Amino acid sequence: MQTPLKRYSAFAIAREALRDHTGWQRAWRKAQPKKRYDVVIVGAGGHGLATAYYLGKNFGITNIAILEKGWLGGGNTGRNTTIIRSNYLQDPSAAIYEKARSLYETMSQDLNYNVMFSPRGVMMLAQTEHEVRGYQRTAHANALQGVATEFISAQRVKELVPIMNINGPRYPVLGALWQPRGGSARHDAVAWGYARACSAMGMDIIQKCEVTAVRQEGGKVKGVTTSKGDIDCEKLGLVVAGHSGALADMAGFRLPLESVPLQALVSEPIKPCMDVVVMANTVHGYMSQSDKGEMVIGGGTDAFNSYTQRGSFHHLEETVRALVETFPMISRLKMLRHWGGIVDVTGDRSPILSKAPLEGCFVNCGWGTGGFKAIPGSGWGFAELMARGQSPLTDEFGLNRFTEGRFIDESVAAGVAH
Amino acid sequence: MLILECPYCGVKAEETELTAGGEAHLKRYGPGSSDDEFEGYLFTRENPMGVHFERWRHSNGCGKWFHAARSTTTLEVFGTYSAQTTEPPQEIKDKISARHPGWSWRDQS
Repeated sequence: MQTPLKRYSAFAIAREALRDHTGWQRAWRKAQPKKRYDVVIVGAGGHGLATAYYLGKNFGITNIAILEKGWLGGGNTGRNTTIIRSNYLQDPSAAIYEKARSLYETMSQDLNYNVMFSPRGVMMLAQTEHEVRGYQRTAHANALQGVATEFISAQRVKELVPIMNINGPRYPVLGALWQPRGGSARHDAVAWGYARACSAMGMDIIQKCEVTAVRQEGGKVKGVTTSKGDIDCEKLGLVVAGHSGALADMAGFRLPLESVPLQALVSEPIKPCMDVVVMANTVHGYMSQSDKGEMVIGGGTDAFNSYTQRGSFHHLEETVRALVETFPMISRLKMLRHWGGIVDVTGDRSPILSKAPLEGCFVNCGWGTGGFKAIPGSGWGFAELMARGQSPLTDEFGLNRFTEGRFIDESVAAGVAH
Repeated sequence: MLILECPYCGVKAEETELTAGGEAHLKRYGPGSSDDEFEGYLFTRENPMGVHFERWRHSNGCGKWFHAARSTTTLEVFGTYSAQTTEPPQEIKDKISARHPGWSWRDQS
């Protein structure tokens, strides 16, 4: 075992400043796989690491390996637009996303790692009469669910975001659904913070370790075969987003998922001009300003299956064209980067957190376009599901909902913009 | 930009002229089927990394539905063919085999 992890603190910064920063430790230790673990989690992204963390913190299970094919947080955890909100229409969604949002509020203290959570407020613009009615309904639903949101007027929108043109000819702003306690956080730091905390509890994070087979015995999971040898386990958690279908195939079952690219782009950095997150679902665009000053813009998904991590150009064009009408000042901005992430989408646009048909195997996938905001809630609920066999947060998100027709239909409320 | 040739009108259409219709060659289950069969028909999809057969509609053109064979990892198009069939034509299968020896897709190969 290595020396125990030192806590990050103002004192530590002062101490290291006096000795040329020679005392900083690795955030998490390198590990080689053991022969056997109580729990193996496949996928070291936000959701996988959060699951491992809450298994350790809430249930005392620390004999855990987290396997990652590439590098930690290198999938959609590092490719999203970092928006955090919980203004969902359906009760099960509101419960898990609100749990996640509330955990984000104290995450930096909890993990002793600055995830830069900024509760700057999230605004979802209503730009058609239909949306006005839809968001008023969501605001009422949120009031019953205990999620603090309100429907605000166009004038209030203008006060909060002075750079917005609310009188656009094609997309006038008629009001907005406003969640003042939503916001954003540093996406990489969320993965790194959880990884550090997991490592400190003695869990093994094994990168560049690809799972090639799931081994079973008598209808029960026995372990996995990886590029670094066989690893046995009591329970197996598959948390691999876009690759869930391939892993489910290895475990002998199928998932109701399709993978499509979702695009985002980032502008050159400019001075602070917008201190809330704005989402415009009619035009499939959303925008916020990062701490570096870049405008972070999210677009829509392609309509066809693809694993290419790049999307069709015309989607970006549509997003930017509409945003330029709403924010005329961005028309002169140069865009620095654009990229795509592969999102796994289910039939009802809600995630799957479920026991798998194979005993001892659990799946957490299907977060589609909105996984980042859910990381702590998903980890919390999925850890409980893995430890106890059921959880009030995940019960409604089981695989059997597709056979039984109990959908959690968020496709209207949240299908595109997250 | 994805470009598919409509097998009906012969137009080389780019994707803004088309509408994607999801996986092709689904076996349709209706009344009298089991819950699992019906769920599979409605929700379970191949979602492969590689060769994918799918439905498209030439919506801003002739308006007809057709099928396409495409790779989901490279966006390479192996060909388009009529929707009035239950499996891809042999020439498209051969073309895929030339690029991806040993490929399979459900019971096709």
